[in-house]
Amino acid sequence: METLEQVLTPEEQFQAHIDADIRIEPKDWMPDAYRKTLIRQISQHAHSELVGMLPEGNWITRAPSLKRKAILLAKVQDEAGHGLYLYSAAETLGTSRDQMLADLHSGKAKYSSIFNYPTLSWADMGCVGWLVDGAAILNQVPLCRTSYGPYARAMVRVCKEESFHQRQGFEIMQTLCEGAPAQKEMAQEALNRWWWPTLMMFGPKDADSPNTEQSMKWRIKRFTNDELRQKFVDMMVPQAEFLGLTVPDEKVKWNEARQAYDFGEVDWNEFWAVVKGNGLCNHERLQARVQAHEEGAWVREAALAHAAKRKERAAVTA
Amino acid sequence: MSATLPETLAGIVPAAPNLLFPFVLQLADTSLILAHRLSEWCGHGPVLEQDLALANIALDLLGEARSYYQYAAELEGQGRTEDDLAYLRSAVEYRNPLLVEQPNGDFAHTVVRQFLFDNFHYHLLQALKESADAQLAAIAEKSLKEAAYHLKWSSEWVIRLGDGTAESRQRLDKAIAALWRFAGELTTPTTTETCLQRLGLVPDYAALLPAMEAHVAHVLGEATVPVPEAVFAQQGGKMGRHSEHLGYLLAELQYMQRSYPGLTW
Repeated sequence: METLEQVLTPEEQFQAHIDADIRIEPKDWMPDAYRKTLIRQISQHAHSELVGMLPEGNWITRAPSLKRKAILLAKVQDEAGHGLYLYSAAETLGTSRDQMLADLHSGKAKYSSIFNYPTLSWADMGCVGWLVDGAAILNQVPLCRTSYGPYARAMVRVCKEESFHQRQGFEIMQTLCEGAPAQKEMAQEALNRWWWPTLMMFGPKDADSPNTEQSMKWRIKRFTNDELRQKFVDMMVPQAEFLGLTVPDEKVKWNEARQAYDFGEVDWNEFWAVVKGNGLCNHERLQARVQAHEEGAWVREAALAHAAKRKERAAVTA
Repeated sequence: MSATLPETLAGIVPAAPNLLFPFVLQLADTSLILAHRLSEWCGHGPVLEQDLALANIALDLLGEARSYYQYAAELEGQGRTEDDLAYLRSAVEYRNPLLVEQPNGDFAHTVVRQFLFDNFHYHLLQALKESADAQLAAIAEKSLKEAAYHLKWSSEWVIRLGDGTAESRQRLDKAIAALWRFAGELTTPTTTETCLQRLGLVPDYAALLPAMEAHVAHVLGEATVPVPEAVFAQQGGKMGRHSEHLGYLLAELQYMQRSYPGLTW
């Protein structure tokens, strides 16, 4: 009897593992393209956590109550934690955090475009939690079963915290909607601004998403962009109705035959403009990251220099 | 310890619960203002791990502040809430020492500010957990573990920056020169604190000094930094006379409550 290894090429064995839902681990053989795609996707995800701290960080010092301040600060801190898990997961593929950050700062690596929109009112903290984290969860829950082991395990932890984030966002919206007219107005105004950009979070239409097919085959991705976008609309429209808010899309209508909501077309010109760096905050967000990194250089150098001195002294006394 | 006023003070100062209110408020303001300053770092730290650490310390202090505000509201008994106390008092009513309202500056300034505060905070809580006031003792007990971690964090960073590179040393020296003058206020009792000390509700600060000074000497020794000579100690924050920085901080902190009075968030 010949073994599988003798009959199948490494590429075929790899795909057989994927098809059998066997996790790929760091030391396993994998095609270069799989490795590259994962590094791109995981680092992009890590960068999104890092940059995502900024729009919410913008309201920590202005949160309207001590309880809200504590919850928001804890939430943004969670995002820093997610960034750490994800950078570590990507490092198992043979890249380094320094390299990934250099790519972020040079503009070579992307992060989620949603963070290039400004947070202008307290209700934006509600919308970011409710809609943006809601969309992120739909994107991320399937990743808990993604084919690459370290990524899947990182995502299990991330998803647990994200669902808490989404609930707190919804709760902010609910409090606003049950509050004074000025608060409800604030909630509606924020929804008007965030609705379409969150629909864009699922990426281009399937027809314009050339990587989807390969990613589905590798089980890095489990649903297409349009499938997830539809799920999101189906989930959120009733929630908005529950809150007494109106989704800013006149074409939203329940389709009995499809058992799903019909909805209007995303403004793809805006989508591509923001992806290409022309969103209102692209410049500021990246600048804030570059500045933090550059201004932190002397701190990182001091820590390394001190550690080296200690090591040297320990060697002398040993 | 006895909770009655010494004869010399009887009739001059209000009874203990009323004295306790401004003191607890002072503790609350102190933790809140420093938490607020630290939270300004969120997303801008020198490295992701330290972003997390700074947010962690901010969260601890914010939690501690809330415990004190809730207790202060209870002591006052006028129906005010923690948020009323934090969001609806003006700068002259705030009772935090000057040190904690100082701007973040560079990482060295933040570290030195934190080190000076943590050294006091840790030793204060350790004594305060023996307070004759059970509620204060309970909050101190709960916060002490966190404060021990904060002191470890800031001490380690003073050492790294002092005994790191030439640049980090120079920045640390500058921060020490800028902030050392605010340390003295922490251990200089106000009249309220003196009264509470005599009632056994608040520890005698003079008794904390030897341990605090020993820790400073140890950490600066490790950092290869000479202990600064005694400097003129700036005072006033604990009596509501603040630096210009606090007004801006409160304008931001209180923005929502001031813009939309009386609403629930």
